[in-house]
Amino acid sequence: MAMSSKQIVELNVNGIPHQLLVEPRKTLADVLRDDLGLTGTKLGCEHGVCGACTVLVDGRAIRACLMFAVQAQGPEITTVEGLASDGELDHIQKAFAENHGLQCGYCTPGMLMTAHAFLAENPEPTREQICEGMNGNLCRCTGYQNIIKSTAAAAKAAK
Amino acid sequence: MSRYFAPTTAAEAAALLAEHGGARVVAGGTDLVVAARGGKHRMPEVLIAIHGATDLASLVENEDGVRLGALTSHAWIERSPLIGSHWSALADASALVGSPATRANGTLGGNLMNASPAMDTGAPLLVFEADVELLSLRGTRTVPVADLLAGAGRTTAEPDELLTSVRLPDLPPATGSAYVRLEHRRAMEIAVVGAAALVTLGDDGRVADCRVALSAAAPTCVRAREAEDLLRGLRPDGASFRDAAALATGAVQPITDVRASARYRRAMISVVVSRALAVAAARAAGTDIAVPANRNLPTVTAGSTG
Repeated sequence: MAMSSKQIVELNVNGIPHQLLVEPRKTLADVLRDDLGLTGTKLGCEHGVCGACTVLVDGRAIRACLMFAVQAQGPEITTVEGLASDGELDHIQKAFAENHGLQCGYCTPGMLMTAHAFLAENPEPTREQICEGMNGNLCRCTGYQNIIKSTAAAAKAAK
Repeated sequence: MSRYFAPTTAAEAAALLAEHGGARVVAGGTDLVVAARGGKHRMPEVLIAIHGATDLASLVENEDGVRLGALTSHAWIERSPLIGSHWSALADASALVGSPATRANGTLGGNLMNASPAMDTGAPLLVFEADVELLSLRGTRTVPVADLLAGAGRTTAEPDELLTSVRLPDLPPATGSAYVRLEHRRAMEIAVVGAAALVTLGDDGRVADCRVALSAAAPTCVRAREAEDLLRGLRPDGASFRDAAALATGAVQPITDVRASARYRRAMISVVVSRALAVAAARAAGTDIAVPANRNLPTVTAGSTG
């Protein structure tokens, strides 16, 4: 079989089913961005360290740069584009906007998705737990203090 | 990579491995994709993704201990009250792997088969004298973890063998264990050096049995038997731990790499061994030290003899 052999991949992204013809070597991040045009998911290091490409797969935060798209068939995938509804930001996005939780914004989609998974599991975190839960995501502007503050505010807003 | 398979059972995965020479198994992808990106290994031509093989995600408890399916994630291990209370060193280790996202996807089976000398779960599995089950079309065989690890990135599993589960043998009463590592930062980190310890206390309060294993100190995770031999029969105090830890240095051939020099590693091995022994002994005595021990080390006074 040729290197470029493609196969049909069915992905469920932000509640919408997609059928795509992709090469098995393509990562979920590349398929989200290139094939589905969902460029909210950012690519930073492309080897699992920076967290910019974090998306939710059945609610779990995963690195879209480390998962092949063919592996992501079946579960519900949520990207940053799936957070707002009817043009209204969700409570975590609002908390980041209100608490200056972003500077250049490149890490923000990954931060938001990580915060989602983290707060779903730990709805009333201490500051220490927020630092631990968000520590796999890098911010190149080093705006960590406000990211921590935003995550705490989001937890408060959800109550 | 040109072909991709997603078997739904372990048997199906083993059949695919037999059929496609050179195929690689992927579970969480947290090592395989990273290695391919970094140019360490080529992306395999055939990939067998086992995340959908539900029989590899099982947990079986019986009188021999507990058997964890190869797909058991670090996140599950880190939070399991069963592992945390009985096989604490493994929970300590899984809780330190990568980031929350790495732990959600990364698996115990993958960590073992990737066979990095710096893997966090290796040293704990060695002190528990854990074994693994390997499946192929020829049948199933049981291999102690100590015999599975063959070198940096190498195992004794045949190319067509699939690791299906890891068995943690039951432990005697008054036993505690811990895994401690030296790290430059708290997330997305790999051990500079690490040590797992297991301590069983006798009725007289002395060390009835103990085991010590090291990570990132040799081409594979290794036991430090001289340290173990010295400690048996001694009082579990700081002085004994330091004497035993000094002997652990003899078990290793550390290397110089981006994280540390060989000399620094050699010097730090006794530090992590001593810490791991202290936590393991405290846990054996019933003291509650939260997982991961690395972030909850008891305060040690300088020069204290415990």
